Amino acid sequence: MSYISLSGKDKKEMLAALGMSSTEELFRCIPQAVRLKRDLDLPAPLAELELIRRIEDIGRRNSYPRYLSFLGGGAYDHFIPTVVDYLSSRGEFVSPYTPYQPEVSQGTLQVIFEFQTLICQLTGLDIANASLYEGATGAAEAVLMAQRITGRSKVLVARTLHPQYREVIRTYIRNLGIEAVEIPYGKDGRLDPGALAGRMDDRVAGIIYQSPNFFGIVEDVKALSEVAHSRKAVSVAVVPEALSLGLLEAPGTLGADIVTGEGQSFGIPLSFGGPYLGFMACRKEYVRQLPGRLAGETTDVDGLRGYVLTLATREQHIRRERATSNICTNQALCALRATIFLESLGKDGLREMAWQNAQKAAYAMDVLTSASGVRRKFGGPSFNEFVLEFSRPWAEVDAALREKGILCGIGLEGAYGELRNCALVSVTELKRKDDIDRLGRALKEALS
Amino acid sequence: MIKEIREPLVFELSAPGKKACLLAALDVPEKRNLLSDVPLRGAIDGFPEVSEPEVTRHFTRLSQKNYCVDVGLYPLGSCTMKYNPKINEKLSSHPPLAASHPNAPEDLVQGNLEVLKLVEGCLAEITGMDAFTLQPAAGAHGELTGMMIIRAALEGRGNPRKYVLIPDSAHGTNPSSAHICGYSVKEIKSNEDGMIDVSSLEKEMTDEVAALMVTNPNTLGVFESDICRIAEVVHTRGGFVYMDGANMNALTGIVRPGDMGIDVIHLNLHKTFSTPHGGGGPGSGPVGVKKNLAPYLPVPVIEEKGGRFVLDFDRPKTIGRVRSFYGNFSVIVRALCYILSLGPRGIREIAENAVLNANYIRKNLEGDYHLKYTASSMHECVFSDKFQKEFGVTNLDIAKRLIDYGLHPPTMSFPLIVHGALMIEPTETESRRDLDLFIGAMKSIAREARENPDVLKSAPHVTYVRRLDEVAAAKTPVLKWEKKS
Repeated sequence: MSYISLSGKDKKEMLAALGMSSTEELFRCIPQAVRLKRDLDLPAPLAELELIRRIEDIGRRNSYPRYLSFLGGGAYDHFIPTVVDYLSSRGEFVSPYTPYQPEVSQGTLQVIFEFQTLICQLTGLDIANASLYEGATGAAEAVLMAQRITGRSKVLVARTLHPQYREVIRTYIRNLGIEAVEIPYGKDGRLDPGALAGRMDDRVAGIIYQSPNFFGIVEDVKALSEVAHSRKAVSVAVVPEALSLGLLEAPGTLGADIVTGEGQSFGIPLSFGGPYLGFMACRKEYVRQLPGRLAGETTDVDGLRGYVLTLATREQHIRRERATSNICTNQALCALRATIFLESLGKDGLREMAWQNAQKAAYAMDVLTSASGVRRKFGGPSFNEFVLEFSRPWAEVDAALREKGILCGIGLEGAYGELRNCALVSVTELKRKDDIDRLGRALKEALS
Repeated sequence: MIKEIREPLVFELSAPGKKACLLAALDVPEKRNLLSDVPLRGAIDGFPEVSEPEVTRHFTRLSQKNYCVDVGLYPLGSCTMKYNPKINEKLSSHPPLAASHPNAPEDLVQGNLEVLKLVEGCLAEITGMDAFTLQPAAGAHGELTGMMIIRAALEGRGNPRKYVLIPDSAHGTNPSSAHICGYSVKEIKSNEDGMIDVSSLEKEMTDEVAALMVTNPNTLGVFESDICRIAEVVHTRGGFVYMDGANMNALTGIVRPGDMGIDVIHLNLHKTFSTPHGGGGPGSGPVGVKKNLAPYLPVPVIEEKGGRFVLDFDRPKTIGRVRSFYGNFSVIVRALCYILSLGPRGIREIAENAVLNANYIRKNLEGDYHLKYTASSMHECVFSDKFQKEFGVTNLDIAKRLIDYGLHPPTMSFPLIVHGALMIEPTETESRRDLDLFIGAMKSIAREARENPDVLKSAPHVTYVRRLDEVAAAKTPVLKWEKKS
């Protein structure tokens, strides 16, 4: 298949207009010595039907769809209303570039403006950007932002922050002279604000913590923020399960200065990890340090309301090496999906979905811990995920459950050596009572 | 476009009690006092409440205010706004692949891993590199990843060095990415042909320089024909050559960066490989390296062992992760579909037709618009507003007037070395008719600049909103809707 729209005659005439007789002459500026003198070694072209069959064949190598899955840990299976797919697949949203020409991009710009408003409402903060790549890079950008705000170069990073997010932070700061100190969690699976206060000093730029944390437990954002503020450091809340913002008090209201996270739960399919939707919000005094694009309201020459990209002087295409971040692309189409999702669920629907997640996880926790040989690892309050500890090695439990067509959770020993025989279980509104009961029965059999 | 229809913000359409989505009833016993020990929020003040018909009309109306590739030529230079094949959209959400959880055990998602491995292989063949990572989420993210790889390799040799050389014609992400990687940037002046001046490069290329970041063809659309000599100069002093692959659309199947001395390259799947730009993302910025740099690639690396795909995390020299999970997977599926559809000949036809279309535009507009650099063009050409300036008309006026002709403007005021730049990249998918419409509009605008410059200065005239006050927007930023008290 080719997507070329020139006919043979067109090409001939156009070449003639250039005084050329072959396309070869178009490439005379490339030295012959480096030219590719053979065909690329790629598979022969496929017609549309052949392509469909090829992708279907590859899809059949996945056995994952046959399992009842309770996997979470930074990516969540939530209901997506049909309007999200329907509206976000319109060519007018899918096929434009970044809205640099506002007069012909008011659709995208207004969507971003609405998205920014929704993120401010959810996080309880003043300013939100047009989106970032995904949650982990959002957390890394927040670390760099804390450094810019305070001029300090040490950050305290919670051990309960998603392990991959911590890895990305480590990759980002390695060359920038920023020191990251890991802060441990207590017996209840939460950070201990008292112990944290003991680790604070005047070199600390910020505290980076996740809530609900990687174990699904809600952190005391207010107390953590007070510890940060006691030394004029920045309180950064990371929220990989954005749905929690529909039920839990907004981190910004509780004292967080920067809230960043992963918006995948808002209408974006699992899609093996991407594209997802990083979001970031902050207090208004930090707006000049915020990375990423911003849409703002203004008026046109006739006084009509319209939207433009604004405060671009922070960005790389103006400031070059002095920019706040090297980010250029945002995730506009994913932000569109989240905007349609949030506006469809609305005020009550979002809270209801979050409430159902908490209820179903609580029910699952009761069902699963009623089996002997299973206990809840941490006592802290949880949202839609929790950690179980088994009397037998996790690998054995997992294998037994997989034989019954169930993925119960994510083994934690790899990322947390201290959590032997433990797994992280996630329960969303998509799991029916029957599914949870089935897992409960299977677990009992597996452990008997 | 119907100018009169104005679409309110969703918050202004909202009224208590409305919703566009009803959830299934809760089917587990409800615990009323659940989470009573943590602060919960009440209803979010001002959060939208609208019906499904309202949601549908809201977003459909908003969509109609966008210009897009599906409507017409979108000649943004260095952005490669080519047609996005529809089958690729459909297959990117093929359920058995799209439903996969990224934390699923690798033996249950062999299909997903096969997609990634296939794309890595195809990109390696197209670019002549030895190994790829698909983790970076966008072009600038790829740049950062690539520069981190170079830095790690130099650290392995004992000295990360201090500087990165970047031509003055480069995209702003290049210096910004180098900076975030801990380097100071030294700018290399372009010569009178708009190319890297080899003698100034020789002077600047010291033992303290880690890398040269080069875009080839550069942002003028000119192929750096001294590229082999350039790479030799950098390599002789122990540095690396990084190539920004934003303009790879000019080269596919014609020449491979790996064959001209490039050590690291990033590609933009949303440019060369036809994945949609989505109004500003999601993109995907795979990074390719030569064999000697492969140990530094981000983890995990996908290996094929006995017909099975496995994830290798045990890579002692890796720079680490640059993103969660495995990159923008569904974007990568689209790129795979594109490559499989085109095959080797089709991939070569990309470059052939992209370069033909750009040269056709250049040839037809040469007399009407000033061309500062006259070296031969590849996939794009950069004019300026020099001829029109004498009538008080700027590149901005020209761009806005193009909108009245039903077309999208070119990239403006970039590259920085061309004052009043109009950077035009038509891509290979445009028809002769669409090219001629654009050429005709540009010629007509050149005439209007002479005869009736006011019509340009007050353009556009046909859009929902006309010129917007960007200065006011930045001076007193209004970045969200607020409830009127």
